[in-house]
Amino acid sequence: MDIYLTLKVIWWLLLGVLLIGLAVMVGMDMGVGTILRYVGRNDLERRVAMNIIGPHWDGNQVWFILGGGAVFAAFPLIYATAFSGLYVVMLVLLWSMIVRPLGFEYRSKLASSGWRNVWDWSLFVSGFVPMLVFGAAIGNLLQGVPFHFSWNLTSYYTGSFLALFNPFAILCGLLSVAMSVLMGSLTLMNKSEGAMWQRAQRLALMAAGLAVVLFAIGGFWVHALEGYRLVGGPAGGMAQTPLQQTVQRSAGAWLDNYAVHPLLWLVPALGFAGMIGAALAARAGRSFFGWWLGAAGWAGMIGSVGAAMFPFMMPSSSNPSQSLTLWNAVSSQGTLTWMLGFALVFVPLVVWYTSWAFYVMRGKVRPEQIAHDEHAY
Amino acid sequence: MIDSTVVELSRIQFASTALYHFLFVPLTLGLSFILATMETIYVTTGKTIYKEMAQFWGKLFLINFAIGVATGLTMEFEFGTNWSFYSSFVGDIFGAPLAIEGLMAFFMESTFVGIMVFGWDRLKRGQHLAVTYLVALGSNLSALWILIANSFMQDPQGARFNPHTMRMELSSFTDLIFSPDAQAKFVHTSIAGYVTAAIFVCGISAFYLLRKRHVELANRSFRVAAVFGVLATLGVITLGDALGFVGGHAQPTKLAAMEALWKSEKGPMPFSVVAFPSQKEQKNYAEIQVPYALSLLVTHTLDGSVPGADQLEAEAAQRIRNGIPAVKALQALSRDPGDQSALATFRAHQKDLGYGFLVQGFQKDLDKVTDADIQAAARYSMPPVWPVFWSFRVMVAAGFTMLAFFVLAMIFSLQNSVDKRRWFLKIALWMIPVPFIANEVGWLVAELGRQPWTVFGVLPTWMSASTHSVAYMVFSLAGFVLIYSSFIVVEMFLMVRAIRQGPDEPHGPAAPALSTSHAEA
Ligand code: HDD
Ligand code: HEM
Ligand code: HEM
Repeated sequence: MDIYLTLKVIWWLLLGVLLIGLAVMVGMDMGVGTILRYVGRNDLERRVAMNIIGPHWDGNQVWFILGGGAVFAAFPLIYATAFSGLYVVMLVLLWSMIVRPLGFEYRSKLASSGWRNVWDWSLFVSGFVPMLVFGAAIGNLLQGVPFHFSWNLTSYYTGSFLALFNPFAILCGLLSVAMSVLMGSLTLMNKSEGAMWQRAQRLALMAAGLAVVLFAIGGFWVHALEGYRLVGGPAGGMAQTPLQQTVQRSAGAWLDNYAVHPLLWLVPALGFAGMIGAALAARAGRSFFGWWLGAAGWAGMIGSVGAAMFPFMMPSSSNPSQSLTLWNAVSSQGTLTWMLGFALVFVPLVVWYTSWAFYVMRGKVRPEQIAHDEHAY
Repeated sequence: MIDSTVVELSRIQFASTALYHFLFVPLTLGLSFILATMETIYVTTGKTIYKEMAQFWGKLFLINFAIGVATGLTMEFEFGTNWSFYSSFVGDIFGAPLAIEGLMAFFMESTFVGIMVFGWDRLKRGQHLAVTYLVALGSNLSALWILIANSFMQDPQGARFNPHTMRMELSSFTDLIFSPDAQAKFVHTSIAGYVTAAIFVCGISAFYLLRKRHVELANRSFRVAAVFGVLATLGVITLGDALGFVGGHAQPTKLAAMEALWKSEKGPMPFSVVAFPSQKEQKNYAEIQVPYALSLLVTHTLDGSVPGADQLEAEAAQRIRNGIPAVKALQALSRDPGDQSALATFRAHQKDLGYGFLVQGFQKDLDKVTDADIQAAARYSMPPVWPVFWSFRVMVAAGFTMLAFFVLAMIFSLQNSVDKRRWFLKIALWMIPVPFIANEVGWLVAELGRQPWTVFGVLPTWMSASTHSVAYMVFSLAGFVLIYSSFIVVEMFLMVRAIRQGPDEPHGPAAPALSTSHAEA
């Protein structure tokens, strides 16, 4: 029983790691897409920007795919309920995202400016929209989503599509866009020179500033938000369904965990420190250092949400007692064990060869190089 | 209960997005190994023509790869968006291979593909070759894991229902991954990819030979692909037979549909080469049969017999009657998880739970089920026969056609006489669509033949879908049609353009990106 409890918590933490990986790695590429038309004033400059992330965007995108796969395997009820409930939002996310692979591979294949403009705008949409939706989804989880289950756990979503774009969700969405622009700009600073470097620096400073402000507003907002509190149900380590617990809603309940464990305040502090540190590093021209600080900022932000919501994962606003928690939405012990085994072997391996790939492609990307290199995007 | 229009629309959407994804998958699976083969010859012999070959075919590979990745993204999320009950019901088992696929295969394939493209000048020859092999290995590993997942739906091994959590749970991971269906499926499907790529390379090489362009490169590519193709086609046919053998035992209804068997007979049984099955009348028109062949193919004996629809329907009716108490007990357990007598009833009838669900498609309230409902549900347990029957025949015909083609191609190519036989080159060009058709109809056999179940014998399709409104489904389907249609136009345009341009066309000032015809000599 205790083993099961531990496994549940481990998978909840691993999911956090995955989300951070997704936000940092996919977010940085999407940030570059978002600002592509601003940092690149002509075709050659845009190609420089694209080629900076060119060798890596596809590998990075797997963080996103794996995010989906891992939720499916470790928290099947979340996968089922969230993706079907947020149907239209998921479609918007998906449709904007599937243009991206084509944008990278196809854009520079034709020497027509009309063609390239279309793809540049596609890359903008497929960078900006998914990050907005990603943040907005987290915002909606914090507020709860209207869904309930029938006796055999068929889920029904009863909300409207537009309700998902409420002010708090949009705030979270913009925060996530700002962070992705920050990471994208720092990446461009790492690997470019001259005018593009300067534009990227300016954007990094603006994005970091905006992120700090939005994160602060969000933090105060959460105090007033109706949070959820688990008041009764089976013990965490037991196999269970969401039909067996009692949940209450009350304003400020998301701060319960922080009140009980004040050390948790270090997590949002890490968020602020990371963002501010990234801005300072960008100003000093130390973009490599700044990138890591920005990643720490993401970790702090996602960690703060996790710390506030624990053990909730997807609260139900229309039927709070059927909320999904990490205790009742999780897979069986056997699945969690096997998956943990695979994760322990393959995550380090992936980190290792991803680092190798970045090492192989190290160094600045220069316009002269691209004009001649035929392998470039 | 889910609106049946919503279920239909979900099926259409899933089927079309999956079939669309699978237009690009086989070429990735096969071409990646052909690229690796060419590059191996380059690295071992030092002949730069093989490097040019690898780079030229690599360019086409990437055009195809991009859209494979894009459409794969849809698939990864579509289980949750459109089959949410399915996802929560079997996610405990089914999610695992999907996640492992991402971790083990997609990371590998996608990380190294970037280095394969951008790394030509940054890596030593041997290193680059290793990277190319890792891309090929990654894409084939991805096929392995997704087909393990799919095989679970065809023949659910390694799982059992847990009444406390109301879902299927993993009971044996090794049974799941070593299921015979998964093994046969993986080999058949990935080799089908090699066949596809071999035909593709032969066909396009033939195009150059017909135009007398890039003759050297085309001749050599043709030869590599022809040898590759003969071996692969032999493999596909052998494994196809194995798959029929394994699958026939796991899913007798699919087998009966593939062979349009309405009545059970005693062996030896004939094989219908041609027939026009009528589902309503449960009989075939205009059959042309080969005696003994069915017994031989399916049971690998001369006089084995294969159950027909009549017998399967009777068995289904029996299982439905047995399954009804299981569902009722489950409902009681949902109200009161501590109900011991319900638990005992459930255990006694558990193995037919799925059949209890099946009849709920005809009568929601199990207390009111009549014999007529049971008969209707039992009849409904047969998949649609004619599309399965004909898809199967098209696939097999394609397989033998391609085998004949590759044998000739290899002979002519080893004689160095392909470029003199223009008729054969024209055939090669016309062969290009054949493997793509075979792949698509192959999936139709596999997936339509599984109906009316999403997980065979366990979970009916009508229960599996998400509870969307019709409006949502129309919206999403329309969106996919729009986006996917424009994708295919762009892809075909770039593909044809890249082929016409050929390997060593001079590059204009705005050098096409990703051009891989790197002038080294
Ligand atoms: C037999 C092989 C096979 C089958 C049945 C499927 N796929 Fe696929 N998939 C591949 C073989 C493949 C591949 C060869 O690995 C692809 C194709 C082109 C590519 O780039 O990789 C790919 C790409 C691909 C990607 C993008 C991966 C990346 O970024 O590298 C995803 C997320 C999926 N697929 C997911 C799925 C899902 C959820 C499927 C189930 C319905 C599915 N695929 C069926
Ligand atoms: C890429 C190759 C595939 C193709 C071309 C394909 C094709 C199809 C088709 C034609 C259907 C429609 C059957 C019907 O509803 O009448 C279908 C349904 C379905 N398939 Fe596949 N399939 C593929 C791979 C997979 C894989 C790998 C899985 C699971 C891992 C899968 C899971 C499903 C599910 C959940 C449905 C919907 C339920 C149903 O209608 O049965 N498919 N697929
Ligand atoms: C004589 C030749 C062949 C035989 C006997 C054969 C047999 C089969 C059988 C029995 C199935 C259904 C599997 C199930 O039970 O679900 C199947 C599926 C399939 N076949 Fe074939 N096949 C042959 C040739 C080919 C060729 C030439 C291709 C493509 C180039 C191909 C591609 C596929 C694919 C993609 C599937 C669906 C995935 C799967 O179930 O593995 N087959 N084949």
